[in-house]
Amino acid sequence: MAHVSMTVNGKVRKGEVEPRMLLVHFLREQLLLTGTHVGCDTSQCGACTVLVDGRSAKSCTIFAVQADGAAITTIEGLAKDGQLHPLQEGFWEEHGLQCGYCTPGMIMSAVNLLNETPKPTEQQIREGISGNFCRCTGYQHIVNAIQHAANKG
Amino acid sequence: MAASPVLPKLVGERVKRREDPRLIQGRGTYVDDLKVAGMRHLAFKRSDVAHGRIRSIDTSAAEAMEGVEAVFTGAQIAELLAPMPIGTPFPSPPHRAVAADVVRYAGEPVAVVVASDRYTARDAADAIVVDIEPLPAVVDPELAMTGKPTVIHADFPNNLAVALVPSGTGVGADGSVDDTAIDKAFAAAEVVISQRMMNQRLVPNAMEPRGVLAHFEPGKGSMTIWSSTQNPHILRTMIAAMTGLGQDQVRAIAPEVGGGFGAKINIYGEEYVAAAVSKALGLPVKWIEDRSEAFVATTHGRDIIGYVDVAARRDGKVLGLKLRLIADVGAYNMLLTAAIPTLTMMMANGTYDIPAIRTTLTEVFTNKTPTDAYRGAGRPEATYFVERAMDMLARELKMDPAELRRRNFIGADQFPFQTQMGAVYDSGDYLKALDRALEVSNWSGLIAERDAARKDGRLVGLGLAMYVEVCGIGPSSSLPTGGWEHSQVTIERDGRISATTGASPHGQGNETTFAQMLGDQFGVPIEHITIHHGDTGIVKQGIGTFGSRSQAVGGTALHLAGGKVKAKMAKFAAALLEAHEEDIVFENGRIGVKGAPASARSFAEVAAYAYVPVPLPPGLDPGLSEEAFFEPANNTYPFGCHITMLEVDRETGEPRLLKLFAVDDAGHLINPLIVEGQIHGGLAQGIGQAMIEEAVYNDDGQLMTGSFMDYALPRATDFPRFELHATVTPTPVNPLGAKGVGEAGTLGSTPSIVNAAVDALAGFGVTHIDMMLRPEKLWRIIHGGQA
Repeated sequence: MAHVSMTVNGKVRKGEVEPRMLLVHFLREQLLLTGTHVGCDTSQCGACTVLVDGRSAKSCTIFAVQADGAAITTIEGLAKDGQLHPLQEGFWEEHGLQCGYCTPGMIMSAVNLLNETPKPTEQQIREGISGNFCRCTGYQHIVNAIQHAANKG
Repeated sequence: MAASPVLPKLVGERVKRREDPRLIQGRGTYVDDLKVAGMRHLAFKRSDVAHGRIRSIDTSAAEAMEGVEAVFTGAQIAELLAPMPIGTPFPSPPHRAVAADVVRYAGEPVAVVVASDRYTARDAADAIVVDIEPLPAVVDPELAMTGKPTVIHADFPNNLAVALVPSGTGVGADGSVDDTAIDKAFAAAEVVISQRMMNQRLVPNAMEPRGVLAHFEPGKGSMTIWSSTQNPHILRTMIAAMTGLGQDQVRAIAPEVGGGFGAKINIYGEEYVAAAVSKALGLPVKWIEDRSEAFVATTHGRDIIGYVDVAARRDGKVLGLKLRLIADVGAYNMLLTAAIPTLTMMMANGTYDIPAIRTTLTEVFTNKTPTDAYRGAGRPEATYFVERAMDMLARELKMDPAELRRRNFIGADQFPFQTQMGAVYDSGDYLKALDRALEVSNWSGLIAERDAARKDGRLVGLGLAMYVEVCGIGPSSSLPTGGWEHSQVTIERDGRISATTGASPHGQGNETTFAQMLGDQFGVPIEHITIHHGDTGIVKQGIGTFGSRSQAVGGTALHLAGGKVKAKMAKFAAALLEAHEEDIVFENGRIGVKGAPASARSFAEVAAYAYVPVPLPPGLDPGLSEEAFFEPANNTYPFGCHITMLEVDRETGEPRLLKLFAVDDAGHLINPLIVEGQIHGGLAQGIGQAMIEEAVYNDDGQLMTGSFMDYALPRATDFPRFELHATVTPTPVNPLGAKGVGEAGTLGSTPSIVNAAVDALAGFGVTHIDMMLRPEKLWRIIHGGQA
């Protein structure tokens, strides 16, 4: 077992993990942050996207031990002081989700996109979320949701 | 007294979803998010080969591993579970939840491990050694029909799951066949179009893989089972039957469900195994499907060949249609497998009044993952065959594809329209939908744009397709589960409203649409209403969500239950206000007498009175809670027209969808925002089928597209912005006039795109291209044509 310590949503979290434990399983099983989802086992779907040191990463491609010392933000840490993040507002306002399973990862990818490109074109949005699958929406309302947030920022 | 606020009308408005706050904050609870004290994890050992006889299974290494509770082979599971039931009346071979002797597709379970955590369970499954004697495998249904090189189920010669079944003109209810009319149609034809078309196999791929948590409590003798399912009440029925419990002893819960698309209708072996193992061990057990497992272990969709022949006059009038269908159902019949292709037969008319139609259906077993419902389920297949054939006919006749369709439509004055296929189309105006689509897409402008692009050497094509589908299937004679839906509406003592629905959603937004309906019905704020679903412990009865039935059937049950309780509440209000109940009005959170607003009491006050009725009005019982079952007398038949513009890259053969216009008629809409979302999602899956999705097997029965690295699930960059429009033709089948919209997008988009691809490449002499539109295939047409 290995000892890990990381800052998750602003709080220091420690744990004992098997070296092979994926970061997503550490978040979900040990920290009970179940908002981060697992949708595949080949790092294609992006449902497990979180921010690692401010940049989006698929938490199924990282071992928990590799995140030792890192600052992690999950979907649970996005709203501040009871205020939804502009992207969360956008997804609600523009019907950017249906079943909701891809949504946390999609929103975290969009956070990264808007951090890097605050006023993206539609094409830049589509490319920016192309590492995240959604099977429900056909993406159009997700694009609208991200535009909604970008226009507020 | 302050004037009460005027409440906005909710039905027909783009109300934001009430489900979303929890989902956008990561607070939804899906099956894998649940933990029960003492819970163990299951992992399945699956067959690597597509067809073979199990010689031996060695579980000793797995059983010796620390943290392993138990290992069950197929033979041991067979002692706990009978073969799995199916939901159709077709003859069906025995199907064990875990194979005991013969495996018939790669991925079929052969053993199951129970362990302390999911990593250990997986390790232990990997440590099981299975020795399988390979048998010949068959993956081509037309080869399988010859009985060569193998027969998969002993009692099904030539692998025929369903031997040739005829339907249509001249086929009697007793099965008698009279060819006079269909022969006459083809004899009189001035032109005949014949084409073999492949409607390829697809993998549904809901983003949440399947999962189940079964918790048998020995002290109580009862079972709670959480599952990622579209229909918890069907799950309860089946789990009870398979575990020997009563339906009163099983509570089935569909918590947050991450998409279904038809593939979570079926009750799967893993669900039965979880229940049986939990009961046998007296422990809660959870199984969560990996995506790699999902590709082989969750049912696939489509996979049907259509041999289409169309007989027509040169003026475009279609005289006859023959459609010979061969469905590859994979290795076993699942819950609805055998019934899906019958919907393809049923919808062979499409939107057309065709004098003579003959369809035949053969269903064939192969060594592949079983098929079952996938969004559209039988209707996209029919639409594809008919609309491709109509397009080929238009091209042959050098006629505008819209004009050809216009000449063959069932007229708006012909409804209800009895087809030769046994359907009674409820209502429709196909010409209106077509004209609307031509107008909003600026069809003549698109033609000019296409022609201008072609002058520049670009390969641009236009496609058009009509569709009509069958939704909200009923009455019960059409659905073995029952064709009804159930709802209970309760006015609580504080005046808030609780309502249940058996239509268990997985993204459809019923918590919002159903609350909109009740808000208007009772004149109360939407915030005062809670819609309960997905839990047989709370929702007394139900069928589930599939076949675009939530609104048309479930919504109607809700409306009827609401009406009953409203009528009773009006009686209490009349007693309280000393008025006639027919003069009672519900509005803006108050109940009063028509024309005397000052007299009105608050909704909560009347509710409180109904629960402490002093005095009790004569003829009334206390309380405000009523339920309703709604069984539709007929199906609904939504329809529409989809128009696409597509370009093929001359150098690479890569197709690109440039434009898509969809006109959909689903009758009355409760929430146009949610309807748009449903149509978008359907379009994405229809486009995915046309352009990039395909489940490919090799000759040994190995799925070559068994992960997201090889199966092309559409990404955001694969789509243009869709343009949606609607016509509104209410259905007379239910009082809401709502037809259903969940599957519509998959109907017209697919043939429209292939029609556009053929249009783009027609200059190279091609008349048909089988899906998907792989760039290599298109490149060969371009370069072969030039050679």
